[in-house]
Amino acid sequence: MRAEQRDRQFEILLGQLLRIGFLLSAAVVLAGGLLYLIQYRHQSPQYQMFRGEPTDIRYVADVLRYALGGHSRGLIQLGLLLLIATPIARISFSVIEFARQRDWLYVTTTVIVLAVLIYSLASS
Amino acid sequence: MHATTLEFTLLVAFGSLLAGLLGSLTGLGGGVVIVPFLTLLFHVDIRYAIGASLISVIATSSGAAAAYLREGYSNMRVGMLLEVATSVGAVCGAYLATRIPTGAIAIIFGVVLLYSAWTSVRPLPDLSAGQPPDRLAGLLKLDGSYPTPEGRFEYHPRNVPAGFSLMYAAGLLSGLLGIGSGAVKVLAMDRAMRIPFKVSTTTSNFMIGVTAAASAGIYLHRGYIDPGLAMPVMLGVAAGALAGARILPGAKVRTLRIAFAVAIAAIAIQMIYKGVGGKI
Repeated sequence: MRAEQRDRQFEILLGQLLRIGFLLSAAVVLAGGLLYLIQYRHQSPQYQMFRGEPTDIRYVADVLRYALGGHSRGLIQLGLLLLIATPIARISFSVIEFARQRDWLYVTTTVIVLAVLIYSLASS
Repeated sequence: MHATTLEFTLLVAFGSLLAGLLGSLTGLGGGVVIVPFLTLLFHVDIRYAIGASLISVIATSSGAAAAYLREGYSNMRVGMLLEVATSVGAVCGAYLATRIPTGAIAIIFGVVLLYSAWTSVRPLPDLSAGQPPDRLAGLLKLDGSYPTPEGRFEYHPRNVPAGFSLMYAAGLLSGLLGIGSGAVKVLAMDRAMRIPFKVSTTTSNFMIGVTAAASAGIYLHRGYIDPGLAMPVMLGVAAGALAGARILPGAKVRTLRIAFAVAIAAIAIQMIYKGVGGKI
């Protein structure tokens, strides 16, 4: 029962972490979105044809540079990166918690998931 | 559609709000409606639509997690074990999405929609009661309990390999179509593994953020995620879903669920039709 209580407390902590990540990213996306609407309000969006996004908002380092330069689309993309980073942070915390519990089986599973997530974000 | 950016953004935000609200009230999720909504109504290329939908799935999962986790139904170890399957599946699905024609994606999307609509109206008995402990599930520490008015209800998941394989398929579909694949997860957790309904719903909401994040990185590099489109979709769906979760306990959802399932089935047929005709 003690282990179960500890898991419960940890779950509540993870829930708070996820909510903070969500609120933070939503705030950045909203700020970028308002700026975007001001900057682009008279243009017509073109989504019928797939061209793929310009390369300056496809990679983490470029998004950061673009966003810090005050570009609205870069700022939104930064918020989206924060959103993607939130579950990654959740997994990282889980690795630490399972290591503290000396639960090596679940250290292994969470490390695999963390590796898959980092691979995906760092790929190409 | 020659709307200005402002008009387009407001329309998409409003539609996403509605999609998130209906998706959360009916348990189908916002993602299943957002892709047809963007492709059929606004003629958005399905790849941009899938990218934006996937983002909204992560937002909904993270935004709702605190409330779900506090209730004490979720099973963290079940979630973290099955995330190995869903995240690997999601990466494979995202790669697959970049290789198969968009018409084929639309057809698969339509079939998954039809299946989801069907499962959402079919009443399913809870199979979790009276299951004996399972050796593999015990070794993996998956057994759990949750509070009920009559004390703690203990449950013993089983058929771990079958559940794990089905979760890989759920991850694959999530990465391919930009949805949460709730219907396949129900199949894996409720049907195969015999996990109680409340545990499986809250645990799968917890898992979907990680699953979607696993394909989101690949989508980002492939240029599927457009900030101008993802912004109203993410904010709209998340706001709608969180509002839906608040009114859900007091809502009578049976009629709404049937009406929504019929609408989804009609949309599914249109997706398949357009996919076969190569018009998507």
